[in-house]
Formats: sequence, C-alpha cells, structure tokens
Amino acid sequence: MTIHGFPLLSLMIVLPLFGALFILLMRGENAVVERNAKRVALWVSLTNLLIALVTWGQFNPQLTDYQLVESYSWVQQFHTAFSLGLDGLSLPFVLLTTFLTPLCILMSWHSIEQKVKAYLLMFLLLEALVLGTFLATDLVVFYIFFEAVLIPMYFIIGIWGGERRVYAAFKFFLYTLAGSLLMLVAILAMTSEIGTTSMIDITGKTFSFEWQRWLWLAFFMSFAVKMPMWPVHTWLPDAHVEAPTSGSVILAGVLLKMGGYGFIRFLLPMFPDASLYFAPLVYTLSLIAAVYTALVAMVQEDIKKLIAYSSVAHMAFVTMGIFTFDINGLQGAMAQMISHGLISSALFLCVGVIYDRMHTREIAFYNGLALLMPRYAVLFVLFTMASVGLPGTSGFVAEFLVLLGSIQVSGWMTWLLALSMITGAVYMLYLTKRVIFGKSTNKKLLDMKDISLRESIILYPLAGLILVMGIYPSVVLKMSELKVVEILKPIKETSMRTIKQEGNE
Amino acid sequence: MIYLASIFLPLISFIILGLFGSKLKDQGAAWISASLVILSAICGSMVFYKVAVLGKAEVFHLMDWVSSPTFSASWNLKFDTLSAIMVLVVTSVSSMVHVYSIGYMHHDPSVPRFLAYLGLFTFFMLMLVTASNLLQLFFGWEGVGLASYLLIGFWYEKESANAAAMKAFVVNRIGDVSFALGLLLIYVVTGSLDFDVIFSKIDLISHTQWSFLGIHIQAATAIVLLLLVGASGKSAQLGLHVWLPDAMEGPTPVSALIHAATMVTAGVFMLVRMSPVVELSEVGLMVIACLGALTAFFAGTVAITQNDIKRVIAYSTCSQLGFMFFAVGVSAYHAAMFHLFTHAFFKALLFLGAGSVIHALCDEQDMRKMGGVWRSIPMTYAMMWVGTLALTGFPLMAGYYSKDLILESVFASSLPVSKMVFVVGIMATAMTALYSWRLMFLTFHGKARADEQVMARVHESPPVMIIPLFVLAIGSVFAGMFAHGLFSSQEAFWRGCITILPNHDVAEIIHHLPIWVTKMPLLAGITGFLLAWFMYIKQTQLPLKLATSYPSLYNFLFHKWYFDELYHQMMVKPVWCLGFMFWKKGDQGVIDPFLPDGMAKTVDRFALKLSRFQSGYVYQYAIVFLLGVILLTVWQLYSGVWTKV
Repeated sequence: MTIHGFPLLSLMIVLPLFGALFILLMRGENAVVERNAKRVALWVSLTNLLIALVTWGQFNPQLTDYQLVESYSWVQQFHTAFSLGLDGLSLPFVLLTTFLTPLCILMSWHSIEQKVKAYLLMFLLLEALVLGTFLATDLVVFYIFFEAVLIPMYFIIGIWGGERRVYAAFKFFLYTLAGSLLMLVAILAMTSEIGTTSMIDITGKTFSFEWQRWLWLAFFMSFAVKMPMWPVHTWLPDAHVEAPTSGSVILAGVLLKMGGYGFIRFLLPMFPDASLYFAPLVYTLSLIAAVYTALVAMVQEDIKKLIAYSSVAHMAFVTMGIFTFDINGLQGAMAQMISHGLISSALFLCVGVIYDRMHTREIAFYNGLALLMPRYAVLFVLFTMASVGLPGTSGFVAEFLVLLGSIQVSGWMTWLLALSMITGAVYMLYLTKRVIFGKSTNKKLLDMKDISLRESIILYPLAGLILVMGIYPSVVLKMSELKVVEILKPIKETSMRTIKQEGNE
Repeated sequence: MIYLASIFLPLISFIILGLFGSKLKDQGAAWISASLVILSAICGSMVFYKVAVLGKAEVFHLMDWVSSPTFSASWNLKFDTLSAIMVLVVTSVSSMVHVYSIGYMHHDPSVPRFLAYLGLFTFFMLMLVTASNLLQLFFGWEGVGLASYLLIGFWYEKESANAAAMKAFVVNRIGDVSFALGLLLIYVVTGSLDFDVIFSKIDLISHTQWSFLGIHIQAATAIVLLLLVGASGKSAQLGLHVWLPDAMEGPTPVSALIHAATMVTAGVFMLVRMSPVVELSEVGLMVIACLGALTAFFAGTVAITQNDIKRVIAYSTCSQLGFMFFAVGVSAYHAAMFHLFTHAFFKALLFLGAGSVIHALCDEQDMRKMGGVWRSIPMTYAMMWVGTLALTGFPLMAGYYSKDLILESVFASSLPVSKMVFVVGIMATAMTALYSWRLMFLTFHGKARADEQVMARVHESPPVMIIPLFVLAIGSVFAGMFAHGLFSSQEAFWRGCITILPNHDVAEIIHHLPIWVTKMPLLAGITGFLLAWFMYIKQTQLPLKLATSYPSLYNFLFHKWYFDELYHQMMVKPVWCLGFMFWKKGDQGVIDPFLPDGMAKTVDRFALKLSRFQSGYVYQYAIVFLLGVILLTVWQLYSGVWTKV
C-alpha cells in the first residue's frame, strides 16, 4: 500500500499542534478537563506514533535522497521554502521521538499535579517542534524549529521543576541560545553567499576552505552545547536534576540527539574539509569528556545527576564516532544515539518511579529495593547493564562499532575511550549496589509498592527494544547505512587528495 | 536438533523460571529447571560423542548480528572437538549442580531466582564455547560475567556479598576491555572476527608490525598480550585474581559451577581457541608461561594459610588455572584442555563436598571450628577423599594424568623459561598436596572444635545432594583414565582445532623423558602429604609455632601478598579523589564560574551600570539630553556636514 502525495510528514507536525490547540480550548470543571486533556494528549501522541510507523513502512532504505518530500514556498527572495523530507538519518530520530512522547505523557499521569493542561500542551508542542527539527530540509525552517524547541523545554523545567528550577531553566536556555546564535550568523552568511536556504542545494556546493572553517566553528558551537560536549556540559546535570521526570526523558532521549544529528547532517556533508581539519579538536574534547565526566559520575550523590553525567560520557562516543569518518564509527554514533535515547530514558523513568513514591532522588535515602520491588529491580538491573554496554543490549553494539571506527584512527585514543567501559561499569554498579541491593534500613521505604500496570506499560517496551536492538541491530542500522556511505564520500575524497599532495611534496 | 537443544534448554529454563518463578512452588521450579538442564546434558554428551569421537563437526547459522559494509558478525553455533569438550563439561557439571542445589538451597526463600540465574549462566557459557567468531565469544564472555555478578550477589542483603559481586564485575571488566582491544587489533589486521577468516590470514598477522610509543612490536605479540590480560581477568591469574576469593560470598553450588569448573576456565579455552595466533608470538608464549607459573606458586602459598574452607579451594582453583596457563605457554594446548576437563570434575566435587560439610555444620565455613566429624558424615568424607586424591595427582586418578602431562610437556619444551617453570610447577604440586590434605585433616580429623550445639546437629546431607557428588566422583576417578588416550592423540581427536608449530611440538619428546622427571610430580605430591600429616595430625602445635616465629612471612601469606591493600591505595583511592576533584574543582570551581555564571554576571553588572541612567529624575535626563545636543552640535560643526546642507 502506498500513499502517494499524502502529506504524512506535515501531518506528523501538525497533529500534535492541533492537539495542543484543542487542549488549550478545553473549558469546564477542573478535574474533568484535566482527565480529558490527558486522554487527548495520549491519543494524539499514540496516533503520531502510528503515523511514524506508516512512514517507516513507506520509507525505502535503498535510496539516499529525501523521501516523502513536501515543499510550500515561503520567502521567495531567498528561495526559502517550508520544505520537509525524510531520509535514513532522520527516520530513526522521528521514530524515537514519537515513541518516547506517549511514554512521557503516561509517566506524568499522576506525578504532575499543577497546571496539568498547560503541561500537556507544552509536551505536544515540544513533540511537534522536535519532529520539525528532524524533518526540515531548509536551513531557515530547521533553525526556527531548532530554536523553538527551547521554549517549551524552558517552561517545562521552569514551571514544573524542582527547587532550583529557575536557575536551571535559565542556565539551560542561555547556554543553548548563546550557542545557536552563532549558527544563525553562519546561516545568514551562507544564504547571502549562495542565495538559497535549501539544504539539498547547499550540500552540493563547496565553500572555500577559509569559509568552511568559520562556518564549521559556528555550527559546531551550537551543536556542541546541545550534545553536550566538555566543557560546555554543565547545564545538563542542573537541567536534569530540576526537570520533572518526563522532561528529563525527552531532554536526554531526544533533545541531546539534535546535536549529534546536526553534526552528521550539516558539518560532515557541507564542510568536509573543515571537518577533517578540526577532527583533532573533536577527538580531544570527546576523550576528555569520556574520562572526566565518568569520574565525576562516580562520586555523585543524586541519582539523576549521576545519570546526567553518564549521558555526557556516552555522548563522547557519539562525537568520537562521527569524526572517525569511518562507516563503522558513524553507524556506531547513530546506534549510540538511538540506544542512549532508549537507555537513558529508561533510567530516568526508573528514577521517576521511585521519586513519585518518596519524593527524593538522594542515593543514600534508598536501599534494598530488590526485596521491596522485585520487578522494578529486575528492570533496573537490565537498564544498568545496557548502560554499561553488556553484549546483547543496544549499548554494546553502538559502543563496539564506534571503537571499530576509532581503532582505524588511533590505537591509544581507542584505549582511552575503552577505559570508559570500565568507569561506566563502576559508577552504574555502584549505584545499583546502593539503591537496589542491600538491606532496607530506612523505615519509610517499607511500604513502597512494586511497579504498577501503568509503569509496566512504560518500562517493558523500552526493555524489549533495548534487547531487540542488542540482538538484531540491523533493524536500526540498515535505515541509515547507505546515507552514511554517501555522506562519507566527499570526506574520503578530500583525505585521499591530501595524502596524495603530501606524497607529491 | 540435539545440537540446538543442548544449547537452548538452559535458556528455556531461565525464561520459564524468570517469568513464572513466583507462581511455581519452589520444588516445582527446581525440578523443572533440573530436568531441563539434565536433558541438555544428555544432548551435550551425544554432541560430544558425535563431534569429538565420530568427527562430525558442524556449524549452525542462526542469524545476523552486527553488520556493516566493512564488518560483520553473526550468531552461530560451531561444534568442533574443542567446543564439544566444553559443551560436555558445562552441561554435565551444570546439571549436577542444579540437582545438588535442590537440596542445598532448600531453605532459601528465592529458589526460582537462583535456578533461573544458573540457567542463564549455563546458556551464556554455551554461547561462549560454541562461538564461531570472537564477537559472539565476547557476548558469552561478558554474559557469564553478568551471571557470575548476579550469583555472587545472590544474597543481596549481605553487604559483603554485594561488594564482592561488584568487585568481580569491575575486575573482570578491566580484563574485558583489554580483550576487546585485542579483538579490535585483530580486526585491523584481518578485517574480520570470524575464526575461519582470522586463521586463514595468519601470514598477514605474522608479518604485520606496529610501532607503539617508539617501540616496534609484532602485531601477533600485541594481540596475544591483550588477549592474555583478558584471559587472566576471567581466569583469575596473578594481578587480576583478586575477585575470585571474594566471589566465595556466593552460594556454594555457584562456586562449584562458575568459580571452579566452567567460567574461570573460559580464559584457557579462549587462548586454546586462538592457538594459531598465540603460536606466532614467542614473547607472548613466554609471558603466558611465566604468568601461569607465578599464579600457580602464589595461589599455592596463600592457600596454605587460609582458614575459610571455601577460600582454600578458591585459591586452589587459582593455582590449578595457573597450571593450565603455563601449559598453554609451552604450546601444550591439549594438555591444558585435558587438565581443564579433569579439573572440572574434581574441583566441582570438592566444592560441592565442602558445601555438604558447611551444610552439616550449620553454615560454618571456618576450618578452625571444624574437625573430628568424619564419622558423622561418612559419605561426604569419602567423596572429599576422592576429590582430594584426584586433585593431588594420586596415581590412576584424573588429576594424575592431566597434571603429569602438563609437567612433562613443560620439561620437554624448548621455550627458554621452560625449566624454571618446571621447577615452580613441581613446587606448586607439592603445595597442592599440602593445602589439600591440610584441608582434609583440619575439617574431618583431630579434635572436634565446633561447639556442642552444632556437633549435636551434625548430619549427613540428603540423597539429592549426595548423588551429584557421587556422579562427579565417578568422573574424578575415571575421566583421566579414559580420556587420556583421546586428548593426547593429536590429529585423530583434535582435527585441526588446535595448531602447534612444528618447533613447539613436544608430543614425541615426552615419550623419551628421563624417568626421574616423570616421577617428580608424584614425589612432590607425597612430600606434600607427609608434611600435612606431620603438621596437622602428628605435631598439631607446629603450624602455630611457625606462624609466631616468622610473623612477617605468615602475615604476608595470610594477607594474600597484600594485593587488595595495594590496589586500594594505588587505584581505588586516587580515582575517587580525581572524581571529586573534577566535580568540585573542575565543574563547580572553574567551568561554571567562568562560562555560564561568569558570562551571566558580566551581563548583569553591565546592565546594572546601564540601569543607573534610568534614575527617574527629570533633571538628570534633561542634563543628559542637553549634553547630547551639545555634543552632536559640536560634532556636526567640526565634521562639516552642516555646510553641505
């Protein structure tokens, strides 16, 4: 069955917006409205997941061009059009986003008590904007979505967050905004140089080396903050700690990936020479992140902060993988992003489960949950192992592919990167040892109940996907394989050229 | 069909118990899992017969795993002689341990969970040994690590058990990372991780050289050394052995299955599997031999001074693994596998026997509080005798054949360090006898040192525990006698599973060794026995006297050469301090104040100054306004714009 010409992609963006509008207009008794709003939000997000699955069915992994393209002319002066398209790079992220959003809404079913309507509205808005970011094929459209994502996230942290939510929200906003303003400058510069904002047209153009380097740096700043890379990572732990559970999930699961997506989508194909030129910088920052943040994660006393720091360490694999310019490295980076999207989401959800019961995230407060919540403990240990990168889980496939890529670049860098497999085991197992195992000495814990049906519905699919991706990763890897090969072509040519030149000299 | 059944039945047991464990009654769960694993063992024996004896090697392709245009690894089941031996060992010991656990874990509140873990472990171990590529081997490798972690920490309410579990996982991880780097280097050279491809490109490996930090190193040597570190993590060789004694926190059946018979031998198996590559590196072989010898010696000395019955056997395992390693080091792969095979039976027997003793004495593990119980638990006592005889290499018992084969091969080897290794090996053999008989005498003979309440309740274990002991005892007696011919007949049995370069091959030489060499191990064993008898039966005051007259030596051995203390000071503490430093000084001390907060403050300060202008007083605004007008006028006058207009 094919649905030719049906605007599936814009439907995916418009539907949540429509849902948000609907929720906004709801009137009536508070309790009834809240209940209905939750249902509307859930059904809208589930429908969106269904649409995403349909687009997956429509998607042909043998093609590297954008598929299901739509274009509506907008600012004709700059040849700017509201254009959307799907390819092997964006499809995994679209699926991840549409999969995580219903889980987030389900997770906040009872835990959000104030301004429920506004909260759900923000989430649907967020989904639409994130999808727009991944689907945009025009620089201006991309930039608008990319920036607009900040707004609902800012409110989610700032309104429904913890005690220091205002500080965290501002830090998050300013950090990321400062980064992306440079990108705006770069986009304006590119547009005035080329006269179009279509990403397809730009990818074909080659800029002079001088230009490439400036543009590369501007884009890099913006994405590096999003990733986040060391040393611009300090907004992440604060944002995670203060954000409500589902905010953390969407932040770690999807928002961070916009950085890695940007690297692969813009830096590599548009500025191949500059990418090669700056690769050592990226290696250095990634390796520092892998070692440094893992050690910091070890000594944390707050569960969420620990997982946040571990995210930074895991993202180092992504940046490292991308700049190996090797098919395995790049595919590993893609896999790591999806895998981390599932694993860190699952871990944050697990924290949410106990936070809902006890309202604290302090590690020392918890003890011996295995006895009190056996099913929860099983899932927690599974997610821990996935985070540690045990073979059979998605984490292993991703990290191994990145290592396969990086060994082609340098042995000792690979060694340093591999060290984080040890430190990763230390901080995750140390967390498990303290929270899950042991004897519950804290009397307050004794009446904690095991996961409810709603929580099972949230956590089991994640566990399933992590295992499926660990045992048969082709499900994900095949989507992006050909596209990645295509992106690497110009870089391979450049590096061959430089090698030849050096040989001639 | 039976091939698949032997591998997947334990997984099915895990899934059934994992999903429905809480609904099944303990006994029901126990019998379901035990019968599934026994079935798997029957299939396993048939597989061994078909593959190893009849020579029908087979490879099953299950499905693709990781694939990219330049790399691929699949899920396969590879049955050749080497893996068939391992399948036989793993499934048979595992089934016996399952049956034994029904009795041993009888009073435990979470029997299904325990048996589920055992099933999971067995499955991972079988995936490890039947891998046809290194990546799947790594899957099993880390998988057994997980199962071991879960089982060591099985009694998770005990703080010490949790600490031991985590220690085991992390120390193993250190080895695993090295192993993974070894895989990556193999991939760099050969472009694949499939055994067949790697072994077909053996010339490429032997001709590749790298320079690392200015030192030229053979590719083969680098690979072998990295794999060796991986192997010594799993097989508890000196340096990475620290987790094994602590792992005794787990239930005793676990110690028998994982920390004696199967998992810890995975390192030996891996090196034997990689024999074509290992053979290429002269340096690598030498390091393996030395490491093995050192471990055998070290663990032997420590075992003599320990008081916990399980720790003695744990160090004994460590020491025996050292024997297997130095066998690999002198290219006697078949001897290493032979010792692995026999050791699995008698060491599992000893552990399960020790479990039976512990069970009888109301969970007492300290040998200083045992003694004089042999009359009350005669069956256990007899089984322990068989195990000890086999371990110490009494003629015609299993250990006699395998240990002699190893030591003879060592003596015959042309490796530069082989004579030294031989001497150390003989010393370790004497120590093996000493600590084994010390254990027997302290546990069963002499005065009863347990208190009266315990002594009154000493009882023989139920049949469900004794029968597995009996089966393993049969193995300990006959495994050597019958398998000796198979293992030492080179090509007829191995069929290309192991590669020995012609100049390393000692098969011919060991038939012409001087007679004193072949009798040395037995002599060493007898010496050890007599020493033990003298110290623990005849002159029972002597051990204490020795300990008090040489306190520094005694403490050095008793504290296991201070490895734990050393690692704590050198690794754990600094890493922890570094973590705190990065967090408090790095993130909160430098990055935050300068980047986000610093920038925000600068903007703030600037804005504050600007805001002074908006004071709200009209006269101030008026002055500024006036000043502005004056300035503008002056500027216009001097710049000459005025005149143009």
